[in-house]
Amino acid sequence: MDQNIDILQQLRVRFGEGIFTPQATFDDVTTVWAPKESTHEVLRYLKEDIPKPFRMLYDVTAIDERLRSHRLDQSDTDFTIVYHLLSFDRNMDIRIKTALKGGNPSVSSIVDIWQSANWYEREIWDMFGIRFEGHPHLRRILMPPSWEGHPLRKEHPARATEMGPFQLPEEKAESLEKDLQFHPEEWGMKFGGEDTDFMFLNLGPQHPGTHGLLRIILALDGEEIADAAMDIGYHHRGAEKMAERQSWHTFIPYTDRIDYLGGVMNNFAYVQAVERLAGIQVPEKAQMIRIMMAEFFRISSHLVWYGTFAQDLGAMSPVFYMFNDRERVFEIVSAITGGRMHPAWFRIGGVSQDLPKGWDRLVDDFIQYFPARLAEYDKLVMQNRIFKARTQGIGAYTLDEAIEWGVTGPGLRACGLDWDFRKKRPYSGYDQLQFDVPTANNGDCYDRAVVRVEELRQSLRIIEQCLKNMPEGSYKSDHPLATPPRKENTMKDIETLITHFLSVSWGPVIPPGEAFFRIEATKGANSYHLISDGNSMAYRVRIRTPSFAHLQMVPSITRGLTIADLIAILGSVDYVLADVDR
Amino acid sequence: MGEPIRSIIILIAVLVGVLAIAAGLIWLERRMLGLWQDRYGPNRAGPFGSLQVAADMIKIFTKEDWIPPFADKPVFVIAPAIIVVTTLLSFAIIPFAPGIEIVNLNIGLLFFLAMSSLSVYSVALAGWASDNKYSLLGGLRAAAQMLGYEVFMGLSLVGVVMLAGSFSLREIVEAQRKVWFVIPQFLGFVIFLIAGLAETRRIPFDLPEAENELVAGYHTEYSGMKFGMFFVGEYIGVTLISALIATLFFGGWLGPLLPPLLWMMIKTFFFICGFILVRASLPRLRYDQLLSFGWKLMLPLSLLNIVVTGAIILAAS
Repeated sequence: MDQNIDILQQLRVRFGEGIFTPQATFDDVTTVWAPKESTHEVLRYLKEDIPKPFRMLYDVTAIDERLRSHRLDQSDTDFTIVYHLLSFDRNMDIRIKTALKGGNPSVSSIVDIWQSANWYEREIWDMFGIRFEGHPHLRRILMPPSWEGHPLRKEHPARATEMGPFQLPEEKAESLEKDLQFHPEEWGMKFGGEDTDFMFLNLGPQHPGTHGLLRIILALDGEEIADAAMDIGYHHRGAEKMAERQSWHTFIPYTDRIDYLGGVMNNFAYVQAVERLAGIQVPEKAQMIRIMMAEFFRISSHLVWYGTFAQDLGAMSPVFYMFNDRERVFEIVSAITGGRMHPAWFRIGGVSQDLPKGWDRLVDDFIQYFPARLAEYDKLVMQNRIFKARTQGIGAYTLDEAIEWGVTGPGLRACGLDWDFRKKRPYSGYDQLQFDVPTANNGDCYDRAVVRVEELRQSLRIIEQCLKNMPEGSYKSDHPLATPPRKENTMKDIETLITHFLSVSWGPVIPPGEAFFRIEATKGANSYHLISDGNSMAYRVRIRTPSFAHLQMVPSITRGLTIADLIAILGSVDYVLADVDR
Repeated sequence: MGEPIRSIIILIAVLVGVLAIAAGLIWLERRMLGLWQDRYGPNRAGPFGSLQVAADMIKIFTKEDWIPPFADKPVFVIAPAIIVVTTLLSFAIIPFAPGIEIVNLNIGLLFFLAMSSLSVYSVALAGWASDNKYSLLGGLRAAAQMLGYEVFMGLSLVGVVMLAGSFSLREIVEAQRKVWFVIPQFLGFVIFLIAGLAETRRIPFDLPEAENELVAGYHTEYSGMKFGMFFVGEYIGVTLISALIATLFFGGWLGPLLPPLLWMMIKTFFFICGFILVRASLPRLRYDQLLSFGWKLMLPLSLLNIVVTGAIILAAS
């Protein structure tokens, strides 16, 4: 807390007394309101001039405040821009909020401070219709170019029934296709080099090497990539909008599908954010179960990455071995949760059920089985000379670049920084477990692979500790907002029955406020920023995903390389398109 | 009167045999890969899935044979035929057993090298005629790759020719009665094996196709039987290179007890399986890596091989 007062003091000394208002939230992030005119300078100061600077732009988002009734201690605003910065030197977050008035507000762009703000600002324009002055290329990013309205505004319909039947006559299909034609000049790309004309190659959205619906437009000089532009949004499903129409409880299955390889890892961030808002203490056993399941999904996600990365480089077999092993993980997952990829098994206040009888034997079998396989994969993939030749020195970025672009997770650790939120901001009891944070130094495709492979071993180590030290106790909190409530007493007294009925049918009413929770997900930092207006549904849910930031930086590390290298880079970055587009 | 009829019978037998082996390889490769990759592979059509080939054939013959409107039509049609024709022609010079060969050319080996040079036109032209950027890149890669490996492929065989004193494959086999050339020409064998992998455009040299990068490379726009020709052409190529390795370095039909033809088939089959195993185990090189590998490592090594072989022959005589 001292640090929080300290930073506010520093800001006031630098910019004057009256202009900053702190806001209390349910999380540990210092939240400061800054006036629109000085926000740009405040952000620059926080990044460049303040001692122990906030070098990473962790997230930028907006809130449509017009229908919000519990305004708490915030200023009068129609739209709010939220800048979320992260300092590695301080191990501290700060949130700068800017109030905007009117129906079509605008604010100055911060792309000149952080390049990574580019996509975030485009997303806000797309979703809220807030203009960013000075943005180099402000156009829609997730929605199609011809979309009318800005989906995350409160007046925009959220359900198909509110929108009239969908029709696609031929003229409309043609005009939609025309919208997708690529005009290099719009993206600031050149048509040729000194003595060559570039060939523009449209890679995706349907392409075997892009791991999903991603479109990359390459300006090629021979096979050398002179420039690249990313076009995302083909996998956008409006998860943040849906969150505003789902009860706090029924939104959980939607989170599974954000990083669709992460399964309950997504639930993990979401339910902890809700628990923060509701003030729920999760029993120890539930915490431990959550960690164990999350680590199983880390293994499963990394195995998919491992196999497909090898396949991207042309190795045909590893993917089959790794999917077989993933199947073993899923056997355990389905024995415990009943589901496989998307079990939606975590609950507000705990998990869905207790561990089944015999779970320990299943887990133990896997712990015995897996290390030998990992050793074999090292020989098959990591030590293969062609694999090394294809990945070492390819797609390298420095630690500074990684921080500049908002890279987290294995991609950051491959640059030598041992930054893992499980260690730096332990949650759910990670501080009681022993594990190492693997790092590597070159930040290239190979080192990212090295880090992930070692993480597989560390996850197994964590699971083993969970197996040996699983505490006794309840799998769900007795807090009245834990959903669905434990059923023991429902048939015995009417009060509990009514509470149970309301909580299940209507859903819990979460007290008004804001809370944010971040976890070290499979691909990097994943966080949910929830705003409750004291309702059974969220007022606004912001899902910050690692893949979004990671994908944005890809063009900057592909210039001058070949198409084959691009595919290697895409594989090594390990994104999931659903995680990018939400 | 008897001689031409005999030739025609052999010719038809070789043609049918090679095509049958190539078609069978489609099934064999998928089964073998399944075995090595902990999965089943095709096992539904017929016993052990052996009728899979028939099913594939029915499918490929009855599929719409579509030519893209933007393609260069004549070239687009000719391209897949070239690969099948040139690889089949190469079989003309291979002695399967004493007396079982189509022609005994005294320049047999040169004929094979000429045909293999021609076959790359198939891929390069297919890539060009498709008028698709991915195909074009595939075709370009094929042309560059051909320049890279063709040179050392020819040179790697010079040692064998020097030892046998002939370009005729029959005489090369006869010259291995004492010792298979794989022993004196081990380096040549390794280089030829690598060149053979490149010739057949299989992993780690499948750059012109490179599924993950170029969708399907040079044959992206092909469908139906034209695609089938590329497909079968690849397997004929694998059979050809395996038969050549057996002939040039492993004594061809020579071997104890079993009939010569069987020996030849066993040896060829062994190398075919080797090709499939390589495909199951290795990743793909990048195109500039392949070129520098060819020019900077394989070419000097094959030249060294010639110099050393020549010196030894000189010293021995």
